[in-house]
Amino acid sequence: MSTLLEVSGVSVTFDGFRAINNLSFQIGKAELRAIIGPNGAGKTTFMDIVTGKTRPDTGRVIWGDKSVSLLKMSEAQIARAGVGRKFQRPTVFEDQSVFDNLLLALKKDRGPFPVLFYRSSARDRERVEELAGEIGLADQLPRKSGELSHGQKQWLEIGMLLAQDPQLLLVDEPAAGMTLEEREHTTDLLVQAAKTRAVVVVEHDMEFVRRLNCKVTVLHEGAVLAEGGLDHVTANKDVIDVYLGR
Amino acid sequence: MTRSFFARHPSVLVFIACLAFFTLLVTILSEGLGIGVISTSFVKTLGKTLCLCLVAIAMDLVWGYAGILSLGHMAFFGLGGYMIGMWLMYERTRDIVVTSLADVEIPPTPQEISDAIGNQIFGVVGSSDFPAVWAFAPSLPAQLALVVLVPGLLALVFGWLAFRSRVTGVYLSILTQAMTLALALYLFQNDSGLRGNNGLSGLQNLPGADTIPQSLISLWFLWGSALALGLGYLLLAWVVSGKFGSVIRGIRDDEARVRFLGYSVEGYKLFVFVLTAVIAGIAGALYYPQAGIINPAELAPIASVYLAVWVAIGGRGRLYGAVIGAAFVSLVSTWFTSGQVPPVDLGFYTINWVDWWQVVLGLSFVLVTIYAPKGIAGLFDLAAGRFPPRRHGAALGPDDGALREKEAEE
Ligand SMILES: Nc1ncnc2c1ncn2[C@@H]1O[C@H](COP(=O)(O)OP(=O)(O)OP(=O)(O)O)[C@@H](O)[C@H]1O
Ligand SMILES: [Mg+2]
Repeated sequence: MSTLLEVSGVSVTFDGFRAINNLSFQIGKAELRAIIGPNGAGKTTFMDIVTGKTRPDTGRVIWGDKSVSLLKMSEAQIARAGVGRKFQRPTVFEDQSVFDNLLLALKKDRGPFPVLFYRSSARDRERVEELAGEIGLADQLPRKSGELSHGQKQWLEIGMLLAQDPQLLLVDEPAAGMTLEEREHTTDLLVQAAKTRAVVVVEHDMEFVRRLNCKVTVLHEGAVLAEGGLDHVTANKDVIDVYLGR
Repeated sequence: MTRSFFARHPSVLVFIACLAFFTLLVTILSEGLGIGVISTSFVKTLGKTLCLCLVAIAMDLVWGYAGILSLGHMAFFGLGGYMIGMWLMYERTRDIVVTSLADVEIPPTPQEISDAIGNQIFGVVGSSDFPAVWAFAPSLPAQLALVVLVPGLLALVFGWLAFRSRVTGVYLSILTQAMTLALALYLFQNDSGLRGNNGLSGLQNLPGADTIPQSLISLWFLWGSALALGLGYLLLAWVVSGKFGSVIRGIRDDEARVRFLGYSVEGYKLFVFVLTAVIAGIAGALYYPQAGIINPAELAPIASVYLAVWVAIGGRGRLYGAVIGAAFVSLVSTWFTSGQVPPVDLGFYTINWVDWWQVVLGLSFVLVTIYAPKGIAGLFDLAAGRFPPRRHGAALGPDDGALREKEAEE
């Protein structure tokens, strides 16, 4: 299995506080991975580093077949290179319709001039409708996304992520605020997506992680504490001490 | 989505129709071509107001849509005015000089003519040489190009530096104020080459048009300003109607999110900043020939603050709101400061509106910001029964300072 993303020896310090401590992480091209860890373990900060929001003090972040370093690229360049991200708090453009949100995310030329002259084609609109169907928002397309429920916003953001057609999806707590049924649907979406690309899911809910049925990385104090199947890591003594045993 | 642009945006058609009707009405009532109910000076005031509306819709694009509170767009407006003013003043002075030298026995050499023009224009600042910035003044096409190029390039350089360093919010506003102030102070100097605090004057006299009365010229400029406003409105309505509008409104509400979608936020901001600076320059180039004079005080930082106030009072985030705000506030302002409003005698104090108008304007700005964030244009929503979704006061954006529900629209 060839590697899509390789993070090695990365450290980040915020005002003297070490949020990420010599972290290393790898993921393959079509792989689903769950990251768990207590609050403040550095899960979101890890995503910030990969997406270019936070610059690490040391370490390397290597991407793709050509092994380019993501550290020299801007957030937008990283996104265009194929890294999509869903935030912990749902962040959709509340002032705009569900349709416009999805259209904005659709994989297209991102430069100001092509966008200025862009007019949506029938195929683009079909694709948006198809995506809306997948995330269960088919009949909500003309609605302002600010009017959606919390769970629907989470889905919309997942839909936007899929619309970007990235090679790597970083999904921060996708199931927060969802009903049981919605969670199951979310699991399906993520498992489905991971068939053709890499998906990293950060989640607190163990049941949700169990249903993903994938390799798990446990973060603690900015470093990897354990890695492996869910049963394997939950049996790990360190993990029980810092996380599960609380 | 397949319906025509106007079907999807009926307000654009309504606006163009209103503008055409207004222009026709003023023409019919004017002294120049109509029944003479409206004085020539008032035709000029109305023409100038149209130019202010044009710079206001530019301000709305940059602030109301893209969320960049620029407090420097009147500097671009002033620069446009200076650029056209240079040609007007040069050409007009040349006419006068050539006529006055026509009677002398030995025909003047080009050098003598040039010296005489220089003397006329720069005598007030104790000089007679043409500064380098006047190199293109004899050429109308060149100065017209500069109307676009000078504001555009200044905006490009300034915007590139500011946006690249990710200066946003209040800091960016302060930076734009600093830019305006620096420019005004520079122009105030006598050796800046633009006649210091005297500015450029006599701009209402078109070269070679001495026989044409001002009553007619004022109408030409009214039509020109109306045309520019109409075209500018169409252009900006088109810009904000599609995906581009979607992106810049996204930048306004959550810049980081747009970045993570792969859009280079800086590029978009720069595009909008430069485009609106160019529009402001064109508006200024149409304004100052109607005003007749431009001096560095026109570029004072406060002018750009007023521009933001107009747009806020009119209703930002929609183009007709900016037009309403600019037209309404600037006309009311002209009325109050003209001394025509009778003072109010309170017995112990007399309210003189020329002095108190600023206070009224400031108060209305505060009141509108607090109680009617959608501005005057919000009344149209009330009429149309369009209410924002009830979200019980929750912020729309994820960041503080993002749109509140009262402001959101479309
Ligand atoms: N920009 C920042 N400045 C200072 N400290 C920060 C910053 N970002 C994160 N931290 C700190 O780094 C640590 C790791 O934060 P992070 O958000 O990555 O945790 P997390 O694993 O995502 O937690 P949660 O499960 O609560 O989302 C926390 O202690 C946090 O306070
Ligand atoms: Mg987190």
